[in-house]
Amino acid sequence: MRPLCENLPFVTIFLAITAGILCAVLRSGRAAWRLTMLVTAANTVLSAILLAFIWQTDRTFTYTMGRFAAPYGNAIKAGPLQALLAAAFCAILALALEGGKRDLFHDVSAARQPLYFTMVNMTAASLLALTYTNDIFTGYVFIEISTISACALVMAKDTGPNLIATIRYLFMSLLGSGLFLLGVTLLNGITGYLLMPSLAKAVAGLAAAGQYRVPLTAAVGLIIAGLGVKSAMFPFYLWLPDAHGGATTASSAILSGLVLKGYIVLLMILMVRVFTLPLLEEMGVTNVLLGFGLLGMIAGSISAIREHHVKRMLAYSSVAQIGYIFMGLGLGTAAGLTASCFHILVHACCKPLLFCCAGRLSAVSGHHRSLRNLRGSAYRDAVAGLGFTVGALSMIGIPLFGGFVSKLYFASASLTSDKMALVLMTIALSTVLNALYYVPAVLAIWERPDEALRLHIEETADADALAVDRPFTAAALILIAAVFVLGILYHPILNVINSGVTLL
Amino acid sequence: MLATILENRFSVTAVLLFGIGFLNLLLQQNLLKKVVGFNIMDSAVFLLLASLGYIEGGAAPVVAEGTAPSVYINPIPSGLVLTGIVVSVSITAFSLALIQRIYRRYGTIELNQLRERARKEDD
Repeated sequence: MRPLCENLPFVTIFLAITAGILCAVLRSGRAAWRLTMLVTAANTVLSAILLAFIWQTDRTFTYTMGRFAAPYGNAIKAGPLQALLAAAFCAILALALEGGKRDLFHDVSAARQPLYFTMVNMTAASLLALTYTNDIFTGYVFIEISTISACALVMAKDTGPNLIATIRYLFMSLLGSGLFLLGVTLLNGITGYLLMPSLAKAVAGLAAAGQYRVPLTAAVGLIIAGLGVKSAMFPFYLWLPDAHGGATTASSAILSGLVLKGYIVLLMILMVRVFTLPLLEEMGVTNVLLGFGLLGMIAGSISAIREHHVKRMLAYSSVAQIGYIFMGLGLGTAAGLTASCFHILVHACCKPLLFCCAGRLSAVSGHHRSLRNLRGSAYRDAVAGLGFTVGALSMIGIPLFGGFVSKLYFASASLTSDKMALVLMTIALSTVLNALYYVPAVLAIWERPDEALRLHIEETADADALAVDRPFTAAALILIAAVFVLGILYHPILNVINSGVTLL
Repeated sequence: MLATILENRFSVTAVLLFGIGFLNLLLQQNLLKKVVGFNIMDSAVFLLLASLGYIEGGAAPVVAEGTAPSVYINPIPSGLVLTGIVVSVSITAFSLALIQRIYRRYGTIELNQLRERARKEDD
């Protein structure tokens, strides 16, 4: 008899999918909103219970679907890391929806609101499934579900530029999933398996015997390139700013903070569980990841410096932060992976916070998006100003904020590698570049506006937008607290991640 | 050389098709042609998958009364192809719907013209 808690990963995925289907038949957007929040909150609690359960026993378990024994059938594997990520993803999804609530009901037409929440729930389901799956083909199916729902989240705000951004995003995603599928096919061709443990055994056998070296390398390359395209790894990030910058606030927050991470988590699990780090290092794959990560850190920041549109600036900053995560993966050590996982959490808290605050700041400034027009906007909503400042300082990497701890761990993970100087220099350079665009943005929103401009804005902006936005304030305060928790009380979280990475 | 190609004819065709589809998806400016490229690319993967599970002289893995062929083909890749086709069809439907919306709004489906128009609209 398996413990009841071992059913929870499946239950959370199932709840999210069911909620998505129910939302599609609901008539009112408000009802769909309530259902989505309820299910997401329930999933957060269930994942937290699962985390507590796993953490007590400190082990992983495999949950076979329909009791078909491996190598057939489908399975879920959960450990401390997966449970932690699932809980964090669900919580942040709820907070992003809460923080972008007013924008959401303003930007998405009433008839489409229930469908929007269908897509949100499908995104949640695919994030959970990508985190938990132990079967590479299930991974592929949920990658595609995530693609469709993410594109729908972008196009929910029905403007021309958004439609074009969506189609570009869709085609880039299709390239990515095509590459991934081809990689999986090749891998299946030389090993004959799809479940990760069997695959791992077969891959280890092939690597030891030196057989099928070329197809194996090609499969690894294709899988990494495919997931890299979808998570905006360095050369493949051009689709991201339009898609993430144009969407409604909640969508931007979900896409930038969570959806990109789902693919990275799957990639990380494949790297550790199937291919194993020593093999990847021998193939030179980790060096490629490291190189792309470092280049992404620089290229994303430089593009962000040249951007005046605040949401697009945040989107480019995501490219840089994804670069950090790939750098950690590219170090090819458990310490690097731990730092990457922690950075996934930090970025998943900061970026939704920044997007929600930016959305709120532009709402109180007559829905202007460029930084020039946001001057002094922090005085019109102090919580949004505070949240934006906290998020920005964390992104730069000031001590006591979450971003500092992940940078510290990236740096200390690099000390044992032979690329220490390169990594440290890039972290330093990227910190300076981050400061170059976040500090002016923070100064601009706190700049005291002159009286005439203030009166002008207060006359033109509609009173509804200026009124206090309670859901946003609550969500922003929780996210601010989360950033500080990650920056000060990080030891227990890092312990969970540490044991999660070793048990992966 | 020729013998190798003939022996791996499915893989060679699949790689060629994948290349054609990939380049179309990447380089074409016409959105519909991009969708066609995506479909060619996916078909190439399905061909590769199906050929990997195919065993020369094998029968379909269905147990029928009275006959018992000695070799069956591997059914798992065929199952994957089915799943893949479902995914590919839904994505195609989604992108066609999206292209239709774009055409209604802008009257063109050439990506470079669209991006110019979007930039003007954004300013």
